[in-house]
Amino acid sequence: MKLKRRKFDSLIIGAGGGGLRAALQLSRADAKVAVVSKVFPTRSHTVAAQGGVNAALANVSPDNWHFHMFDTIKGSDYLGDQDAIEYMCRAAPKVVYELDHFGVPFSRRDDGNIYQRAFGGQSQDYGGAQASRTCAAADRTGHAILHALYQQNINARTHFFDEFFAIDLIKDEQGYVLGALALEIETGEPILIEAKTTLIATGGAGQLFRTCTNALINTGDGMAMALRAGIPLQDMEFFQFHPTGIAGKGMLITEGVRGEGGYLVNADGERFMERYAPQAKDLASRDVVSRAIAIEIREGRGCGPDKDFVYLKLDHIGADIIKKRLPGIRDTAMTFAHVDPIESPIPVYPTAHYTMGGIPTDRHGQVVVPEHHGPEEPVPGLYAAGECACVSVHGANRLGGNSLLDILVFGRAAANHIIEHLKANRYHRPMNEESIERALDRLKRWDKKGEGESVAGLKAELRKVMEEHCGVFREQEVLSEGMEKVQALKSRLQDATISDHSQIFNTARIEALELENLMDIALATVTSALGRTESRGAHSRVDYTERDDENWLRHSLYFHNGSMDYKPVRIKPMTVDPFPPKPRVY
Amino acid sequence: MQFSIYRYNPETDEKPYMQNMVLEQVSSEMMLLDALLALKNQDESLSFRRSCQEGVCGSDAMNINGRNGLACITPLDSLSSPVVLRPMPGLPVIRDLIVDMGQFYQQYRNIKPYLIVKDPEPEVEHKQSPQQRDKLDGLYECILCGCCSTSCPSFWWNPDKFLGPAALLQAWRFLADSRDQAEEERLEALEGPYRLFRCHTIMNCVDVCPKGLNPTRAIGNIKHLMLKRSI
Repeated sequence: MKLKRRKFDSLIIGAGGGGLRAALQLSRADAKVAVVSKVFPTRSHTVAAQGGVNAALANVSPDNWHFHMFDTIKGSDYLGDQDAIEYMCRAAPKVVYELDHFGVPFSRRDDGNIYQRAFGGQSQDYGGAQASRTCAAADRTGHAILHALYQQNINARTHFFDEFFAIDLIKDEQGYVLGALALEIETGEPILIEAKTTLIATGGAGQLFRTCTNALINTGDGMAMALRAGIPLQDMEFFQFHPTGIAGKGMLITEGVRGEGGYLVNADGERFMERYAPQAKDLASRDVVSRAIAIEIREGRGCGPDKDFVYLKLDHIGADIIKKRLPGIRDTAMTFAHVDPIESPIPVYPTAHYTMGGIPTDRHGQVVVPEHHGPEEPVPGLYAAGECACVSVHGANRLGGNSLLDILVFGRAAANHIIEHLKANRYHRPMNEESIERALDRLKRWDKKGEGESVAGLKAELRKVMEEHCGVFREQEVLSEGMEKVQALKSRLQDATISDHSQIFNTARIEALELENLMDIALATVTSALGRTESRGAHSRVDYTERDDENWLRHSLYFHNGSMDYKPVRIKPMTVDPFPPKPRVY
Repeated sequence: MQFSIYRYNPETDEKPYMQNMVLEQVSSEMMLLDALLALKNQDESLSFRRSCQEGVCGSDAMNINGRNGLACITPLDSLSSPVVLRPMPGLPVIRDLIVDMGQFYQQYRNIKPYLIVKDPEPEVEHKQSPQQRDKLDGLYECILCGCCSTSCPSFWWNPDKFLGPAALLQAWRFLADSRDQAEEERLEALEGPYRLFRCHTIMNCVDVCPKGLNPTRAIGNIKHLMLKRSI
């Protein structure tokens, strides 16, 4: 059968906030844009973001972008690239005002301005008093943003390929990216989408871990596609564990709860964060709070019959504020933990949440790799933005409220760069038929019939291995064993088969393709974690407990063949003085 | 626990049928989606949509013991056995519990579901008082799951002409937004015997909405605004 082909100026893979923000910018600039998404756009995981988006609007506390920049660099444990962070923090107010213009129903202050709440790691005056910088639509900010962006894309007449699964990037011999091969899930038909530029905006890989806040679709598809196309993944050892997932289940309870005045208590009823972070207390950075909870539990001060969680107490902030500012997590707590937070505390535990690492890019969203002339040479025609990318603005630990900001700022920046690229590159390059064949082979592999390992079984094993071997605290032996186990699972995956070979909406085949992606991301994560012999941000080694700036103030790069490389952190901001590494105290 | 599940694959089945399935290990903590995922481990070909598992993405809407709802926030112990699962009614079935939501999305697009502002954009945010913003509560939270429109008899009869409760809730969401400047044309577009006025206040939509929203009230508000404008 002849392969279906479509041609666009620009292809965007992923319809979360990053993809949709880029699509909107491009459609409004009259570029012909195709957005390919494996789910209907408003089902993308941006929808689940709760607390808000950071921008120094100074609506509540005195603020400016430079304070925000400092907090982000300190939060990153100095691994973030300071030029990109300056760019993001300067752009933040503008992108938030744009959101209001797009229709996002932000909560409001009495003066009619956007409501901003306190969030972790946010300060005034470079480490002074708590800042209120996080712009919120109750505790449904991601939902509000994602829907508004989709709505504006309807108005801008963006082309959507809903429920199409991207299989692989198409490249030519010279290294140009020419588009991607996708699978129409409803019909099982492959389709080639040719484009002068391709933007990967496929989100994170939280499904690596058994207990996570992430949706089932977060399987790192774009990152794995990049790996297979010869692009390394950067800083994959840094995986964020959110302090407050519902214990044993993982549903996210926003940091906004603590921003509105909630706090954590152990079995003795002690507000233990006062010991770990005397100034910021419960609003220290996420890595700090997650480790504190893990230590409390390890030392026997956990709550409940098995002493295996702590409580998040918010009944004291009152029913009015909870109903007004935190209605979504109240629902979630009642549905999944069977407690009404107006009356009782919520049992919580650190839960896998966010992939800090990803596809290396510069601050224009261009994918950059070590090639002939230094460590950051652009891959022509290829861009990445959002959680799948590593700019790096989050470094070793992301601040709450900076992920929605990241997708907006860099979705927009990538689109602006693409617009310039399209002006200079008016025509599609010749197609590389060989590259299409390789992508089609990836699909054909799952036509294999007969007995074999089950995809669901292997996925469950993988997530358990990652949780046990690559969690909040890490050490050499446990990581090595974890790496061997993941490698063994990866080779077993080659013998897996599916029993459903229908062409019509075959979800078994999609799950198999997703597991292949997840397996590669797991290896990248555990290999990078094994390599980094220091503790920095979310990467906490019990055998190397200190941060080691002399040897490790550098980004890691993991290649598909399992090898590692490193490159320097961009310490020099765009216009201001650098913030040199300092001990990190909250 | 016993399940009776609607199965249909147009490639292999002449017509749909109900399949009985059994889940041996059931705990009181399980949601219906957990059960479906476990059943899919028994039979990979069982097809349904799912993503967030916490009731915010709207993927796993289906008809559960005769009533539309989201599998991921429906506790298994709230359901009587056998649990009868069917695709949402009124829309074409693609396979098993997966429906073609094209008509539903088209009606959403038809109401121009985006903020329209005609004045020049301010350099900062639009001013909106907390009271003005409160009017959007109960409207913007819609997750487009389709539970309401596919439980509405008026939508079953005229899915191409009647906008349905989900789209009408969003129509009111923009009419109610103090920042929007397209009231006139929005109301104009809702005129006629079908688009809005096919709602007969049966209120199935209110009954099933998994987010506790009230499309019937929104429709009433639109009618009220139309009346006010005509006198």
